[in-house]
Amino acid sequence: MAEVLPREVLICTIARLLDGVRHVAVGASSPIPAAGAMLLRAMKQAGGAVGPRISILGSVEHNFFTNGSAELFDCAGQGRIDAFFLGGGQIDGAGNVNLVGAGEYPRSSVRWPGSFGSAYLYFVVPRVILFREEHTPRVFVEKVDFISAPGVSPEGVFRSGGPIALLTGKGLFRFDKTRPGFELESVHPGHDLAEIKEATGFRFAHDAEPRHTALPDRSTLDLLRGRVFDELAETYPEFAAQMRRDLVAVDA
Amino acid sequence: MVLSEPRVMAKHIEPGMRVALPVDYAGVSMAMTQPIIERGAGDLDLVCVPTGGLQVDQLVGAGLVRSVETSAVSLGEAGGAPRFNAAVKEGAVRLKDATCPAIHAGLMAAQKGSPFMPLRGLIGTDLLRHRDDWRVVDNPLADGGDPIVLIPAIKPDVTIFHVPMADRFGNVWIGRRRELAAMAYASHIVLVTVERVVEENLLADEMSAAGVLPALYVTAVARAPKGAWPYGLWGEYPADSAEIARYAKAARTADGFSAYMARAQMEPA
Repeated sequence: MAEVLPREVLICTIARLLDGVRHVAVGASSPIPAAGAMLLRAMKQAGGAVGPRISILGSVEHNFFTNGSAELFDCAGQGRIDAFFLGGGQIDGAGNVNLVGAGEYPRSSVRWPGSFGSAYLYFVVPRVILFREEHTPRVFVEKVDFISAPGVSPEGVFRSGGPIALLTGKGLFRFDKTRPGFELESVHPGHDLAEIKEATGFRFAHDAEPRHTALPDRSTLDLLRGRVFDELAETYPEFAAQMRRDLVAVDA
Repeated sequence: MVLSEPRVMAKHIEPGMRVALPVDYAGVSMAMTQPIIERGAGDLDLVCVPTGGLQVDQLVGAGLVRSVETSAVSLGEAGGAPRFNAAVKEGAVRLKDATCPAIHAGLMAAQKGSPFMPLRGLIGTDLLRHRDDWRVVDNPLADGGDPIVLIPAIKPDVTIFHVPMADRFGNVWIGRRRELAAMAYASHIVLVTVERVVEENLLADEMSAAGVLPALYVTAVARAPKGAWPYGLWGEYPADSAEIARYAKAARTADGFSAYMARAQMEPA
């Protein structure tokens, strides 16, 4: 079996996390989540199914909306979007996300762009996948400096959605909203539990010997490296080209 | 309709006005940025619909902005918005951090002439904690409880955007960028730059009429070819990402920003 690139592991894991969704929305400049959604669609279609609808914000190619930038949010509010991705400058152990800035608000020492639609979508999209490649204590903190979107809500607050998982460059966590907190589900190839503990600023549950993240089989890899990277290149040409250069480097 | 020109349209902008600007891919009138800066009306309260970029950064860098209501400000692939971020750090602009659907809800309320629009989500966020203009009430139609946030109507003094075409009657073609209509309905003054002005009435054909913002809502139109540059314009031309990256690099310092803005290359290549 050919070597699998770390980002291919991430893309295949995202496809697995999305299994069963009808409509997934992907933010602008999110090539890995977009690739995961496209891979799931390609796998479903290879099996004779229709596969999920994919909306990519800011893309002309993958935009079904005719009612301006409000329609995505209206669509989510109507329960028509099953999955979405959120990153974050900081993410804490209770699933809170900070997209605004580090330090004291409003004069943040580091200002990030802002909350975008997170303060709404996190509440109404059933399957939100937290995705951040950089896995460091700077990102995964004990407590976020600013809550753009809370991991859980008190009883009585309308909440049909929220986080289900956190995927990083080192591992995959599941979110348990009853505690609330994260549980390490699997460790990506080349990483281990001690390293993940060191790199994570919040406490999380885990097995004594956590599993390894499942690697894609040959047919999945073929779909990814063929059809999916072709499709991806329409919206993220630089990312698709870089993936292909990395694959050539691995083969050499 | 008498066609205007950007420098004349900029005279509509008075100090202290609330100005609504569209998201970077919806049709930003970059052609109006320099005329607005030359006009020099300060203490502006910007409303980004629902996020801001280059134009917001340049108006902040020029010192014309008092507050920014937005869901985000960035230069996209080119990174953070340098002058905006510096102003935040210095406390030079007041922030009204929002979330995209809250901006849309505020405009929707104004569109209907209603005082507010209720919106799900938001409860438990620090956005809500810092917004004394947003209110939480119990859903009056429920048996009890069910808190929900009320977003007050957003009524800008001025809306400014750029689209492919207008007709000679002042109707402007917005296609499926319906947020431009929402901004116009909510605003007192609407200034539009266009790539071209066509002879035929855009309302005469049902196919084009569906994507038209009628002249009823439009204060003035000016021709500005490549008027969104270096942003792209839907159906017309792509963004000039090299130019946006050049700006991002130059504007890291106040001096670099001034030098960039002084260059004659504020016109499309």
